[in-house]
Amino acid sequence: MRRLLIVALLGLPTLANAADFGVDATNYDGPAWSPYLVGGAIGVLSWLTFYFADKTIGASSFYATLAGFFGKAVAPKHTESLPYFKDNPPAFDWGFIFVISTILGGFIAAWTGGEIRNEWLHPMWVDRFGENSMLLRGIVGFAGGALMAFGARLAGGCTSGHGISGTLQLNAGSWLTVIAMFIGGIATAMLLYTAL
Amino acid sequence: MIDPGKAVKESSESSPAGPSGKKVLTAIVFGLAFGFLLQKGGVAKYNVLIGQLLLQDFTVVKIMVSAIIVGMVGIFTLNHFAKVNLHIKPTRIGAQSIGGLLFGAGFALLAYCPGTGAAALGQGSWDVLFGMAGLIAGSYLFAEMSGWLKKTVETWGEKGKLTLPDILHIPRLPFAYAAAVLLAVGLFFLQRAFPR
Repeated sequence: MRRLLIVALLGLPTLANAADFGVDATNYDGPAWSPYLVGGAIGVLSWLTFYFADKTIGASSFYATLAGFFGKAVAPKHTESLPYFKDNPPAFDWGFIFVISTILGGFIAAWTGGEIRNEWLHPMWVDRFGENSMLLRGIVGFAGGALMAFGARLAGGCTSGHGISGTLQLNAGSWLTVIAMFIGGIATAMLLYTAL
Repeated sequence: MIDPGKAVKESSESSPAGPSGKKVLTAIVFGLAFGFLLQKGGVAKYNVLIGQLLLQDFTVVKIMVSAIIVGMVGIFTLNHFAKVNLHIKPTRIGAQSIGGLLFGAGFALLAYCPGTGAAALGQGSWDVLFGMAGLIAGSYLFAEMSGWLKKTVETWGEKGKLTLPDILHIPRLPFAYAAAVLLAVGLFFLQRAFPR
């Protein structure tokens, strides 16, 4: 009863029920460590990046930097003429090294926890879209990445830059962005995994 | 609004030659820690991320809110004693609503976001590579349109650097402490309603 009340208070009952007839995401491996421990540690990490590097945690500009490098290799004059790259010239800067290290950090964590996946299709994707769905995964994944990058650049950050670093500074635009991200994400995921 | 942290350093910009040796070291160490924590927290996993968007698995929100609580209390305390600079991004209502929605839709399609995707690559979830190609393409597309976007969408509801306590005319430090308590209460009820 009390649980029902809490769910009702959170305003999620209809959405939570709507997800019940589709796939169940909790049938697969969950986290290795408590989310509160990990979240708290990321909070402490933000103190350290502010204090020692005068930087915020963020990830999406890494991909824009890569886009700039590729653009300069293929069409240097055109790429350098674009306003975004004039304001943000691609460079092997702090954020670039940070994200390269994030990849390695993910590897170390998975390696030490026996969680190296070495797979092209996650079982949950296979359960939803079938075994021979590599082409579909490629198209959907590419489109997803492109939408995310465009959205992140328009909003000025991603789930790290706005979702953690911006929100923890009580930045009004970051709270707006992260709410919009969850609305867009929940609606699309519900369509993709429970409706279609 | 007086920002005591402004007195900490002359400038947060790195020199054109790129970050110095000590700064490179901070980028490597903090990036490694970030990727390590994301993977251990389970948010490099396809099903945990999609599970959040389907409102079945609340690991992502638990990590984000814990990071916000711990980060916020520390950053505003350090800033109050002029130990760190704040890094507030401008609030742009139009660009951030639209960008957030697009980002969310892309996140649901790929299942990884820019930061967790980096950790997922380290973990051997190769499907993220489709998304990374998309992230680079989407970033370039944004740059291609950046001149036009700057003059249109990015001017809609442009509010400058704005924090939630500024809007409510409440001093930042007490606001941050009160927000941390409220978020912690919210997490307590979230855990009661959604054990995972």
